[in-house]
Amino acid sequence: MLYVPPGGAGSIVTVAPRYENFIGGKWQAPTRGHYRFDVSPATGNPITEVAYSSPEDVELALDAAHAAKDAWGEASAADRAAVLLAIADRIEAKAEMLAVAESWENGKPVRETLAADIPLVVDHFRYFAAAARSEEGRTTEIDKDLVAYHFREPLGVVGQIIPFNFPLLMAAWKLAPALAAGNCSVMKPASPTPWSILKLMEVIEDVVPPGVVNVVTGPGGEIGKALATSPRIAKIGFTGETVTGRLIMQYAAQNLIPSTVELGGKSPNIFFSDVMAHDDDFLAKAVEGLVLYAFNKGEVCTCPSRALIQADIYDEFMARCLDRIAAIRQGNPLDTETQLGPQVSAAQLEKITSYVAIGRAEGAEVLIGGQRAHIDGEFAEGYYFQPTVLKGDNRMRVFQEEIFGPVLAVTTFTDDDDALAIANDTLYGLGAGVWTRDGTRAYRMGRRIKAGRVWTNCYHQYPAGAAFGGYKISGIGRENHRMMLDHYSQTKNLLVSYSDKPLGLF
Amino acid sequence: MTETVPGSTPGTTRISATPAARRAIAALRAELGGPVMFVQSGGCCAGSTPMCFRDGEFLVGDVDVLLGDLDGCPFYIDARLDDAWGRGHLLLDVAAGPPEGFSLAAGAEDRHFVTRSTGCAAATP
Repeated sequence: MLYVPPGGAGSIVTVAPRYENFIGGKWQAPTRGHYRFDVSPATGNPITEVAYSSPEDVELALDAAHAAKDAWGEASAADRAAVLLAIADRIEAKAEMLAVAESWENGKPVRETLAADIPLVVDHFRYFAAAARSEEGRTTEIDKDLVAYHFREPLGVVGQIIPFNFPLLMAAWKLAPALAAGNCSVMKPASPTPWSILKLMEVIEDVVPPGVVNVVTGPGGEIGKALATSPRIAKIGFTGETVTGRLIMQYAAQNLIPSTVELGGKSPNIFFSDVMAHDDDFLAKAVEGLVLYAFNKGEVCTCPSRALIQADIYDEFMARCLDRIAAIRQGNPLDTETQLGPQVSAAQLEKITSYVAIGRAEGAEVLIGGQRAHIDGEFAEGYYFQPTVLKGDNRMRVFQEEIFGPVLAVTTFTDDDDALAIANDTLYGLGAGVWTRDGTRAYRMGRRIKAGRVWTNCYHQYPAGAAFGGYKISGIGRENHRMMLDHYSQTKNLLVSYSDKPLGLF
Repeated sequence: MTETVPGSTPGTTRISATPAARRAIAALRAELGGPVMFVQSGGCCAGSTPMCFRDGEFLVGDVDVLLGDLDGCPFYIDARLDDAWGRGHLLLDVAAGPPEGFSLAAGAEDRHFVTRSTGCAAATP
């Protein structure tokens, strides 16, 4: 199926000429009146204009959030859950429209946004509705007359900075737990992908109390910084790269507030010999598991960008994988048959090209791909890169640096210890994959890999309820689990004496 | 490939800049009335791009290596990242597109700084 691009005749996505900030339940023009084009990476052409905001607009959003925070923080768990469920229902009803909008703005194939991004967004709000509703405090009987009651209280107003690679899902990962815990949010979308979040706001604007969710678009250096440094936020959540992650923590330290940072990876995907013991569904799943490096064009913090293959199956297993990679369909992201869309920006395309050049210069062998992909017709100016595999050694830069493109670095290992040493020889520790028919080996490897998420006989699944976050320099904190309610709450302890007797000290 | 200009501390520096990067630095200095600083990033969306801030904005620690300075503007990299990158020489350049993270733009709004590795000619497309 082929969807019409947003704004085109017959498209299911309407496009206004320009989009303002969403503040206090209303659409508000940026104070200084500046706008910037929002470009589709598939064609390089503008979709619409979005606000190019300044710090004054962040202040307006903070005003609106602070005005809303007491009522929202005091709403019952049932009322908050009802709002989250209403958000989920609205998104579900408009799932196809949002899937097309996000695909066109980010470049990710619509088959992915239809099957993964949007359904996961819907489920995420429902999961946190359930988490909020079923939350219980704890009481401790210190002794028969002294009781410690523990209540969760909202932090107040939180700042949330969203990356470009999953504009809607990453917004949901941050928004749902914050709202469930009774906070109001001021959100800054990534500069390349602000519009799909604004479309999301259109869908949910009349089921969210004014001021509970506020979205300000514009340059990170001005409004991202204004939000992160503001003494009016009680927490900052961020997904992105390491230097901005450190800055976020630095600003949080200066304001003495907590932060959650998710900062990327270079995830190993390990294939043991026994995956080839039979030619069956499991083997087909493992082959697909390797090819998942091309999921979302490789623009995923957990991209399985290092494949470690046991040496005795390397030739045969890799041949099967290369056949599958050669069959990847690149092109119009709005065609449901397309598996690989354009990279999000020209800058990203240039970076990927440069990394492949670095790999070649280091002596890596290009097994497939290796250059910009040229698609005919209206997509000739799109930022497409061929699905690429580089064979080399784990000390090469292409094995150590996150490329954020459809580029796989592959190497071999001899035994479990060798696989583990290579897997852990990285600065990062976000994701990992282990593929084997031997459950004991899978368990042992999974426990010894230094990463927050070890997919075992699967990869790239992100169900709500499975905690997600990094070891090492991949970040601090977890998302995607009800433990997030802790990260978005204060703990209030009432220590209550039921004894009438004085202590006797004075 | 443009002509490169060495950093201001010859012999120790591992950073240099293209004329375009030098012009961007000069423009930023004039606009801000003082020097900027560069911090090489790694990982995720904007990984491997150098972030540019007002000098002093980013709190440098013992884990950061000073690669050199460019017209009075220091360039830092995390020592672990430096090791992973092979402690090579980096070339600061300017490319099209807005900056990422909280970085300042490279002189003009739609330009950003990039680093290229000069250890190998092929790494500077």
